[in-house]
Amino acid sequence: MSTTTLEPAGPSKGTITLVHLYPREMSIYGDRGNTHALASRIRRHGYTAEVVLHDPGDPWRDDAHLFMGGGGQDSGQARVEADLEAIGPSLKAMAADGVPMVVICGMYQLFGNSFHTVTGQVLPGLGILDVTTKGNDKRMVGPVCIETEYGKVVGYENHSGSTVLGAGQEAFGTVLAGYGNNGEDGTEGARSINVIGTYLHGPLLPANPMISDALIAVAAERATGRPFEPEDLDDPLADEARGRQVRRLVRSR
Amino acid sequence: MLRTATAVVAGKTARALARRRGGGSAFPGLVAERIQPRILRQALAGIRGGIVVVSGTNGKTTTTKMLVAVLRAHGRTVFTNPTGSNFTRGVLSEMLPQLPLSGRLASDMVVVELDEAHAMRFIDEVPPTHSLLLNVARDQLDRFAEIDHTADLLARLGTASTEGVVANADDPFIARAGDAVDVPVRWFGLDESIADRLPELTEHDARFDDADTSARPPGPGDARLRPRDERAFDIVFDDQVVGPVTLQQRGLAAMINATAATTTARLLLGDAFDAATTATALGEVRPPFGRGEVIMVDGQPLELVLVKNPAGFGVALSTYGTTPAATMVAINDNDADGRDVSWLYDVSFASLRDRGVALTSGVRAYDMALRLHYDDVATERVVPDLDEALDRFVAAHPDEPKRIFCTYTAMMALRRTLAARHGLAQFGEDGPA
Ligand SMILES: [Zn+2]
Repeated sequence: MSTTTLEPAGPSKGTITLVHLYPREMSIYGDRGNTHALASRIRRHGYTAEVVLHDPGDPWRDDAHLFMGGGGQDSGQARVEADLEAIGPSLKAMAADGVPMVVICGMYQLFGNSFHTVTGQVLPGLGILDVTTKGNDKRMVGPVCIETEYGKVVGYENHSGSTVLGAGQEAFGTVLAGYGNNGEDGTEGARSINVIGTYLHGPLLPANPMISDALIAVAAERATGRPFEPEDLDDPLADEARGRQVRRLVRSR
Repeated sequence: MLRTATAVVAGKTARALARRRGGGSAFPGLVAERIQPRILRQALAGIRGGIVVVSGTNGKTTTTKMLVAVLRAHGRTVFTNPTGSNFTRGVLSEMLPQLPLSGRLASDMVVVELDEAHAMRFIDEVPPTHSLLLNVARDQLDRFAEIDHTADLLARLGTASTEGVVANADDPFIARAGDAVDVPVRWFGLDESIADRLPELTEHDARFDDADTSARPPGPGDARLRPRDERAFDIVFDDQVVGPVTLQQRGLAAMINATAATTTARLLLGDAFDAATTATALGEVRPPFGRGEVIMVDGQPLELVLVKNPAGFGVALSTYGTTPAATMVAINDNDADGRDVSWLYDVSFASLRDRGVALTSGVRAYDMALRLHYDDVATERVVPDLDEALDRFVAAHPDEPKRIFCTYTAMMALRRTLAARHGLAQFGEDGPA
């Protein structure tokens, strides 16, 4: 485990503790950029960011305000299995209590009910999101644009798992370009209370800062007991990067 | 036999046609293969001095060039695929002009660089006598998806080699692959004295502690890289030293490539291997296209540096970062570049913080500027159009050295423009190796 503290330029409005789950095993395709983006944005909003890198076997921070988990290879998932089982009940209770979390690709699948492998094995998930994933021979790879409650979101997907939402489970977004959860029903990701699961790498948060702000708002309130006090942030580069991808991917709209 | 002769002639004709049209290098091989599917196997049937496949994620082109130069300096005739067309049909296409109608190649040795996937197609046709396994890093994710899969392909290449394997002792994936083969293995790596520089060559997020590579003491025929300073180094065997070697290319990555090539050359040449001949030959190898190539623009050097994955970009930044220059970064996301730009977040750009970046360009110019912003590196201008960016970059920094880090298709476009505007001769166009 390593912990880094980033102070804001001015006086701090409070300390937000952000935990990155398994940065070595589960941060494929630049997913650590999400933690980078959250920490930097927490600072720019005038809060102190305490960034905890949680490795398997580390003491568990059940007092944290915000969680991020990324994608991994099969070998990476195997390496975190035991630790995830140990912290699972605590994570699930926090999710139910409204703690904001963003989980990408492999960790999104692990947050679901179960994963059914190509060979017919059933691996249980944490059951935080009501989704079920099936292994596939076909890989879903390419740039993605989805419509969400935060507006249009862009990213890049690379997964062979095909995910289906449970009856009452809300999606994270609807697919405008790309495959999404399964390439068939037009849904992408899942969201329950303040937990967002999604297949979007890219990484997700740097180019879509409105999602960071939504997560940070909840985390700030939990951390300080006061409503979120945001700064008025300008994001010309993120807006331009995102806008250009939207125009490339979604034509004639 | 007639079938082979027909295939050779058809392939040669297709190659001449393709050249005139400036077409792709796979086509002539395809034509010949259609007529005689066993053409590659037949062509290599008479090779006595060794058939060597060089593979791995980074450094294939450089290492292959070095190995061929050393072997030729020892008087061997060597067939190779010099254009970086690192796929099986490309190898065949390259071979066609040299192929007599008998279909048998008349070289002493064959050294080809192949990417991991095409190495599998090659070994299905022709079992190599030797393979050189360089490293495993994340690259071309769209095709291979997982680094474990890439490692598995390289392990299969090692297993398919009939006489010997040369393997990177410092790369856990390669070390595992080397340990699994039945033929003799020669190991290359960093000398203990510079073991702390290993992170410059490897990708942090794919490494785990469980593969203990330090416990492997060098044996006979194994070589270790020991730098003397930033440019000169020795390649140390248990019984002799090759060096000092001074390469035309800078950086630790090129030095380790030279160490790999030298280890392989010694295994192939046996008693004929000569240290002085090797050191001289390595010093004469010109950097392959895009690996620190320098072009003079209005009296100032402009360096083009190809970047294609996190480990490679990291190495490039630490290699070139020591000599300050005005910097431009050009990122495209076409197939040949890799369509996913997520990997830019697995590179640290902190070394560019002091000077900042003059310009970002390419299809993903704004994503690159945004990435730099997150590392507190200021970008003066974002100009997606490559030609416009190049003109502004040259105009804004007339009196100083310039450096452009670029992905493959961005580099191809910039080179064409540089050739047109600055009266440079036409360049050979290598593939993204
Ligand atoms: Zn993924």
